[in-house]
Amino acid sequence: MSVSTEVSDRPYDIVIGLEVHVQLATKTKLFCRCSTQFGAAPNTQTCPVCLGLPGSLPVMNLKAFHLGMQTAIALNCEIPKFTKWDRKQYYYPDLPKGYQISQYDLPMSQNGWLEIQDDKGRFEPKRVGIIRAHLEEDAGKSMHDEVSGTADSRIDLNRTGTPLLEIVSEPDMRSPAEAKAYLTELKLLLTYLGVSDCNMQEGSLRVDANINLHVHDGDERIATPIVEIKNMNSFRAVERALAFEAERQYDVFLEEGKRLGDVPKQTRGWDDSLQVTKGQRSKEESSDYRYFPDPDLLPVTVTDEQIQAVRSELGKLPQQIRSDLVQEYGISDYDADVIVNQGPDVLAYFVALADKSGAGKRASNWLQQDILRTLKEQSISIEQFPVSVDAMAELLQLLEAGKVDNARSKDVFAEMLSHGLSAPAAMEKLGIQEVDENEIVDLCRQLLEKNPQIVADVQNGKQQAVGAMIGMAKKVNPNVNPAVVRETCLKLIAEM
Amino acid sequence: MSICAHSATELKNKIDSGELSSAQVCRAFLDQIERLDEKIGAFIQVDPDQVLRDAEAIDQKRLRGETVGPLSGLPVAIKDNLCTQGQVTSCASKMLANFRPPYDATVIAKLRAADAVLIGKTNLDEFAMGGSTENSAVKQTANPWDVNRVPGGSSGGAAACVAAKMAPLSLGTDTGGSIRQPAAFCGVTGLKPTYGRVSRYGLVAFASSLDQIGPIAANAGDAALLLSAIAGHDALDSTSSPEAVPDYVDVVSQPLTGLKIGLVSEHHGAGVDSEVLSAVDQAVKVFHSLGAEVHEVSFPHSKYGIAAYYIIAPSEASSNLARFDSAHYGYRTDEATMMAELAAEKSANPKGEAESPLIRMYRKSRAEGFGTEVKRRIMLGTYALSAGYYDAYYLKALKVRRLIRQDYDQAFQQVDLVLGPSTPGLPFCLGEMADDPLSMYLQDLCTVGANLAGVPSISIPCGFSKSGLPIGLQLQGPAFAEAKLLQAAHMFQSQTDWHQRHPELP
Amino acid sequence: MSLNRSDVEKVALLARLQLSEVEVDAMTKQLGKIVAYVEMLSELDTNDVQPMAHAVELENVFADDVVRPSLDRMDALKNAPKADEECFRVPAVLGD
Ligand SMILES: [Mg+2]
Ligand SMILES: [Zn+2]
Repeated sequence: MSVSTEVSDRPYDIVIGLEVHVQLATKTKLFCRCSTQFGAAPNTQTCPVCLGLPGSLPVMNLKAFHLGMQTAIALNCEIPKFTKWDRKQYYYPDLPKGYQISQYDLPMSQNGWLEIQDDKGRFEPKRVGIIRAHLEEDAGKSMHDEVSGTADSRIDLNRTGTPLLEIVSEPDMRSPAEAKAYLTELKLLLTYLGVSDCNMQEGSLRVDANINLHVHDGDERIATPIVEIKNMNSFRAVERALAFEAERQYDVFLEEGKRLGDVPKQTRGWDDSLQVTKGQRSKEESSDYRYFPDPDLLPVTVTDEQIQAVRSELGKLPQQIRSDLVQEYGISDYDADVIVNQGPDVLAYFVALADKSGAGKRASNWLQQDILRTLKEQSISIEQFPVSVDAMAELLQLLEAGKVDNARSKDVFAEMLSHGLSAPAAMEKLGIQEVDENEIVDLCRQLLEKNPQIVADVQNGKQQAVGAMIGMAKKVNPNVNPAVVRETCLKLIAEM
Repeated sequence: MSICAHSATELKNKIDSGELSSAQVCRAFLDQIERLDEKIGAFIQVDPDQVLRDAEAIDQKRLRGETVGPLSGLPVAIKDNLCTQGQVTSCASKMLANFRPPYDATVIAKLRAADAVLIGKTNLDEFAMGGSTENSAVKQTANPWDVNRVPGGSSGGAAACVAAKMAPLSLGTDTGGSIRQPAAFCGVTGLKPTYGRVSRYGLVAFASSLDQIGPIAANAGDAALLLSAIAGHDALDSTSSPEAVPDYVDVVSQPLTGLKIGLVSEHHGAGVDSEVLSAVDQAVKVFHSLGAEVHEVSFPHSKYGIAAYYIIAPSEASSNLARFDSAHYGYRTDEATMMAELAAEKSANPKGEAESPLIRMYRKSRAEGFGTEVKRRIMLGTYALSAGYYDAYYLKALKVRRLIRQDYDQAFQQVDLVLGPSTPGLPFCLGEMADDPLSMYLQDLCTVGANLAGVPSISIPCGFSKSGLPIGLQLQGPAFAEAKLLQAAHMFQSQTDWHQRHPELP
Repeated sequence: MSLNRSDVEKVALLARLQLSEVEVDAMTKQLGKIVAYVEMLSELDTNDVQPMAHAVELENVFADDVVRPSLDRMDALKNAPKADEECFRVPAVLGD
């Protein structure tokens, strides 16, 4: 079944809220000092605390709280003066204490927003509300035993206790495209803040979606039961799962007519290979987490001065950077968006290149076309890109000065890339040199004499006929600048 | 006078002066254990070879001229809910019968650093839940003053071993009276410090906001010696206090002048045994004679203490004991039997909703691994925290806890310390309360307040019943007033000899 | 509020305890008595009282984000009722 992700003109509105769990970039876990390094051998990053051994006690990681504050403030959240830790209780083998330390009724932040927009114009720019962002500890991993063929699950507790920030949005998104834009913008914000590496493959960023429909019934809107979707491993998957789920819910609504409140909240998992959501085994009891304040952890109080200090240490955030780029370098909103979306490292390269070359627009074009293409082809990051900002800036300056033409500049770039040459050295190797003006005039005159038909065509108003001269001139001298040849020929013909 | 008849402080002085070695002292107590513990059942684990090796290592240290820590190689008994690295820490539960922690509790690390010798692990009510040590899954501990009676609990082994001179010093834990009540029942001195005074890291939690570790000893001076070794801030326990630790050993013998003592009127009437009351009255006279003023003080919310305690403690316990799920450590039910049971259920009722093997494993392991009292408290706490009841029970209890704390604050504006019985009754007979959990809970009447308020409290011997059973006097002070409690206790003990009486044992 | 058998059975599942019929009966009776006793708290007006979750008046206790050595895996797995060389083992985790 293939599903369109575009907004349809179906007789319902889609209502989407997202819960994002993001791993914070600390060196140690939230309540113990075990490393959070990804990819270690199973159960080699544990201690009495994160194993939940009897007698062990948690101590809060200061850095995690700080990163949580930074994010919350960047998400325009209020930071309450008082926050505390609660135990959320359920039994699962990847949760060795039998409870997760989380925040229940007094989270560290609440009531924020994130602005999203769509450069393809599929929706109007809007603010998505943030209900709350709170800290909690991650669980471990259970793996199905594929080796021995027994019915056992194997438990690795390395990840247990890794700090997570759970960011809960208001149900403010009205299409899968909006949901994707929210996630993209959120990820970008987190990346610019440096609070998380946001690697979905490694599980540093996980998304659960709540979705239901408001079905049109004349002027009335009928809300359908809310479904929570899990197991989405990319933003693309989120978009597709939501689009699928909207259609599925409408079909079910037409069939069964159930409304919000008629049935308990259902959880469905996204199956990426089949591109469908599937109902998940219902829990054996309705969940009753028995939250209560964790007696092992003390509350945290935050002062206005602390909030101010965190606010002032935040760098520039994506929204601001975009408008600054448009202002300073004269590039379009779209171009600014593309560059900022590449992340802080690419942005830094661009800014340096634009400043050094003094050619913002050209820098933007080169970055988006040649440089990003190279990164993609070679699967490398901008730090690994072999052409330095200085070398690249020199090339752009030569282009600006007309010392090399557009077409040949690509050859120069290829040479710089593959042999690590400077722009002038690459030009020399390619035999590109500036041609004296008189030389071009002589050359053009000779060629025009040999091609009276072209002269006649131009004189009869067919200006484009002069194009053939460029090829001929380049055959004689590959260094001639096509634009100059064209101009010179037209001038000579006019004088005839 | 035999080695074991000496106080810890006397023995320390003898070791420090070279009159005795740590090994001699330890051997004497090991002999006493060997002789008596079959009858008393205070210890659930003693490794004599290890004890002597440790003692000899400290003696060697001294011989080499190195500085020896303040405990000088004295033996200390450890309640078996305190983690000792590599050594079984069972909490007297089948659940942890084979559990060997890979780490030492902070108090254990501190004792080792102070050159104590850990002489053995003592019996307790399973997971410290109980007031008689009858809830131990390992063995029964008897009261050295009458082996047909309970030693109190949950630190029953810890108090009994000091009373029977099988250890000069002993660590107990106190959540609602678990140091003070057995100290009273066994005729020894037991101190519950201020919450946060001693690190809880490595104490297997019963109720985290109430638990404290404290010393049990023959007298206030000995208790001061042990408290000095274990008190202080610990970065591994967020709730441990940075408050400076006074030198308890130094101050304990300094008399208090102008001492104002409050007599808790709510603990001085109905519900309290008459022999206990008259012993307390005698104690008041002793303090009078020492120059103290004694006033009546009221704790108007005292009568709600047990109700608040029996919501808060089980609630926290239900959460703290969730980790015993048989997945990562602890007892697990036999899986083959369990799978057969599930298969049989399935064939008997093919359409019924079957429990998953995982959930069945949890339920069976916990049912088989925990004893009745532990299950009862887990059930009670789970119920109190469950949806729809939280506000009526748990939240309500936390508010009443505040009111109880305010009673204390008000009392301590008028007096320095408050005084009353440690227990409403005398040590009861084994099995006497087995079928009546509520009347057992009501025994905690005098002690739960200090845990709820977080204040320090000490129980010292203040008399004997006609039947020869010890009676305990409880002194409570404001937060971090341990020194004052110890001083007052020492003053009392300098005028009385209740703490010097020994049970007659073979 | 009084406690009946089905309350007790529900709580037993939440608490992951398997109780026999006899235990459910005894538990219903005993818990009922205790719950009736603690009911006395409702006499007190606590509307303006702040709950007291901790016995210490401390706040803002943190540790620095500096890695300390973890346990050897052998020590981490040593107490497991069932484990292989790398992982704890439990009956299959089904469903989600
Ligand atoms: Mg969460
Ligand atoms: Zn750890």
